[in-house]
Formats: sequence, structure tokens, C-alpha cells
Amino acid sequence: MTSARTSPEQRAPGHPATRRIARRSWWLRQRFLLARRAVQLGLLGLFLLGPVAGIWWAKGNLAASTWFGVIPLSDPFIVVQSLLAVGHVTVTALLGALLIGAFYWLVGGRAFCSWVCPVNIITDAAHWCRERLRLPPGWRPQRNLRHYLLAMCLVSAALTGTLTWELVNPVTLVQRALVFGVGLGWAVILAVFLFDLLVSRRGWCGHLCPVGAFYGLVGRTSPLRVAADRREACTDCGDCFAVCPEPHVITPALRGSGSRLVLAGDCTNCGRCLDVCDDDVFRFTERYAYAARERDRLPSG
Amino acid sequence: MSARRRTEFSAERRRFLTQGAQAAGSVSLVGFLLGAYGEPAASTPVAALRPPGALAEDAFLGACVRCGLCVRDCPYDTLRLARFGEPLATGTPYFVARDIPCEMCEDIPCVKACPTPALDKSLTDIRAADMGVAVVTGTDTCFSITGVAHCVGCYEACPIKDDAITMEMKQEHGKVFFVPTVHREHCTGCGKCEADCLYPEAAIKVLPRALVRHDIGQDLA
Repeated sequence: MTSARTSPEQRAPGHPATRRIARRSWWLRQRFLLARRAVQLGLLGLFLLGPVAGIWWAKGNLAASTWFGVIPLSDPFIVVQSLLAVGHVTVTALLGALLIGAFYWLVGGRAFCSWVCPVNIITDAAHWCRERLRLPPGWRPQRNLRHYLLAMCLVSAALTGTLTWELVNPVTLVQRALVFGVGLGWAVILAVFLFDLLVSRRGWCGHLCPVGAFYGLVGRTSPLRVAADRREACTDCGDCFAVCPEPHVITPALRGSGSRLVLAGDCTNCGRCLDVCDDDVFRFTERYAYAARERDRLPSG
Repeated sequence: MSARRRTEFSAERRRFLTQGAQAAGSVSLVGFLLGAYGEPAASTPVAALRPPGALAEDAFLGACVRCGLCVRDCPYDTLRLARFGEPLATGTPYFVARDIPCEMCEDIPCVKACPTPALDKSLTDIRAADMGVAVVTGTDTCFSITGVAHCVGCYEACPIKDDAITMEMKQEHGKVFFVPTVHREHCTGCGKCEADCLYPEAAIKVLPRALVRHDIGQDLA
């Protein structure tokens, strides 16, 4: 999904990045995208293995599940809503939420968005079409709107005593539709696709989704982060900004003079910047060790 | 210099407050609409029954995370999750007695599977379950009451017959007939009677207990 604006073919022949491109295969430029699709579809496949083939490794759905008959997992955001709605949860749900919360804290919070969430496939497809059709960005809501929506979900659960958000939440709705039967669920899939295609560029995942906002908060202190490790090698081709679903997270790391770490919780650790960068600027890193090395390297002031 | 800084500061603050107010306003509107949508969407249709051990509907809708683990562990495929567009809170488990009734498993696997308080873990005796209560709605259609046939479909279907349902002999105008009679203190609302009723539109139906209000004495107390 390289941008039409800055695709390698359109670069000037003398551009340093153009010389490198010959050594980077298509597969190398898509490696994280392909890995993500494999994980997203693989996880969906594991949930479908039971109802389709009778192999019950995973039971349930993204809201809560049981793995291999013993391991409980549950979505911390839904468990928090339920806690606010009825005032108590079970130990099982709490344990499941802690396991999932700890896992996503470790791998970067919004790694859920880019590596697991089935809606990501829909919105990426919409974005792909949008780029091909060269549509204008459309509605651009303010960056923190999703945090207001997140607050709304929690307040609404507390006030109504019910999981209001779960009545319409496309994230669980789409996965539940695929695993338990679609019903009118296809209408939600279509609505999200059309919203991202026609109303707002990267609108759902990038601006509105409160589930993503929640995992963004979880990931604020995550150890697994992208770093613009070799930012001196950057040729300003703009490929990373074009491909990134949250381009504002790159700027301080790549263009700033401070830390090279992408620290914003909005970063989804999707790895697309690693995919498309022909100058090999970015890499995944352990944030705290990297920050310590940076401190040692930088002149103390 | 300091005056200019103050102007910049207040402009920045004004922008922050305006945008914040806009976002808060529009999000509150969305929240209100969601709540308004949730109200009717949360009102369960009469034919949809909740699994055994389900909390009262309001509390149930707050506690249930819509994961479907009860559905997966139901050995008779009785339970299903409400799909988007069905007239129930999306993703919540229910069953329709006329389609597939609850078989009243001794070990109550659905309750055990539930990772939330939505299905009450203190329910260990399925005969204490309270999914609804059977009511003879077709007093003018029931084959037995109308004397068309000596049908005992509902009675024979009941897993706890003689406790939850009996056939009471009545005599009117010299004719003898049998009336299926539900004993509400024993009926679990499993729906086997409704499923087996021979009349095309079941003459005996399980209704949510809240609709039947047999506990009016407790309400007055």
C-alpha cells in the first residue's frame, strides 16, 4: 500500500532511495503487512476451528474466551464497562482481562488494532480503495475525539447499568458475526467500509474507535516500540508518512532532535514503516533499554 | 511582551476550550442517541428466554459480555447469540422454546461456562432455575381442554411432570376433560411443553416470569 504520491516508480532516478529499491524485494516491502494478515486471519481461523471442524482450542470470541479448556481471556475494556455497569465482575473475567491487558501492554497496546482486530482488514481495504481513487481526506475530526468517545462509553455504562457500547461496537460485532453467525452484521461491515472510504480518511480506526483509544492508553508505557534508529539515513521520501495509519506519531522520532523512539500510544506497531522504508531507518526495539542507550550516547546537558 | 504572551495564552486556551466543548457536546449527543437506541433494543421479546441462572434482565444486560461461551457449552444447541438486527440486545444469549427448548442438564454447563456474573453461579440445582413460567394461553385451542382429543403432549414433555405440571380432571355440562395445569413454584421455564404442544400455535407458552407476576404477594410485602 505505497502511496500514489511517492511510489518508487515516480521518484527521480538519481534519488538515493531509488538506487536501494532494486535490492528490496516486494516480499520484504510487505513482510509486516503479510505477517499481520496471517495473524488476524489465523486468530479468526482458530475461533472458527470449533464451530466448523469441531476442534475446540478456542471457545467464545474477542469479548471473552476460553483456550484449551482452561485459559480464560477477556477484553479489559468490556470488563471495565461491565464493572461500571453492575459494580462487580468475576475472578475469571478479571484474570482474563489482566492477561490480555498485560499482553497488549507488552507488545504495544494498539498492536491489538493492527494485528488482531478484524475491523482493521475492512478499514485497510477502504484506505486501499481510497488511495486508488485518489479521494480527498474528507472529514478530519480532532485527534482526541476518540478519547471523548471512550469516556462516553464508560459514563454511559455507569449511567444506564448496561453495556450500551456493546450494542453497536463494530469490533466485537464483526468478529462475533463471523464466528457466531452474521445476521445483519454485514451492514455494520459495509457501514465502516463506506465511512472510511467516503466520509473520512482512516476515519474509524484513526479518529473514532474507543476500543483503539483504550488500547492506546494501555500502550503508552509499552516496552515494544518502533524507533527511527537510523534517522540520519532518511532521504525524506515520505513513504513512511504515506503508509502510516497514525502519521503524527512518526514526526518527533524521525524529524525531532530528541529520542528516536515512537512514544505515542497511538502507534499501532503495525510495522508498515519498517516495510516501506528503503533506507532501513526504522526497527522494533525494547523501549527502556533503547532509551538508556540513547542517554548514554547523547551528550548530557 | 508579557501582554502578548497573555494574549497568545488566552487564544490558545480559548481554542482548547471551544474544541473541547464541541467534542464533549457532540459526543454527549452520540451517547444520548446510543442510550435511547439501547432502551428498546434491550427490551427482550416475549418469545426469547434467557439461559438458566440469568440475572434479572437489567442486571443481565450490564453483566453479560456477549462472549457466547454459554452457547458453545450448551450440548443441545438450544442457546444462540442475538445477531445484529434481531430485536434483542446484540450478542446476548437466548433461546426460543418452540424451536429448541432447554433440556435442563443436571450439571448446567452454560452457567459453568459463563465468565461473568450474568449467569448466577449459585444455581447448582437445575430445578431451581427460573427461565420463565409456562402458561396455558390457548384455553380455546388446547386439544385436551376443548375435548378434541385426550392429548397429554405438554404433560409428557415436562422433565418434572407431576411437580411442575399435572392434568386436572374437570367436568362441565356432563363432559369430562383434562386441563394441563402448571404449578408455578416448580416450573423452571425450560419450554419442553411449549416445544411439544401439538397445536400449530402452541397452546402452552413459557413467558418471562416478570410478565406473569405470580409473586405479587412479595411485591406487596
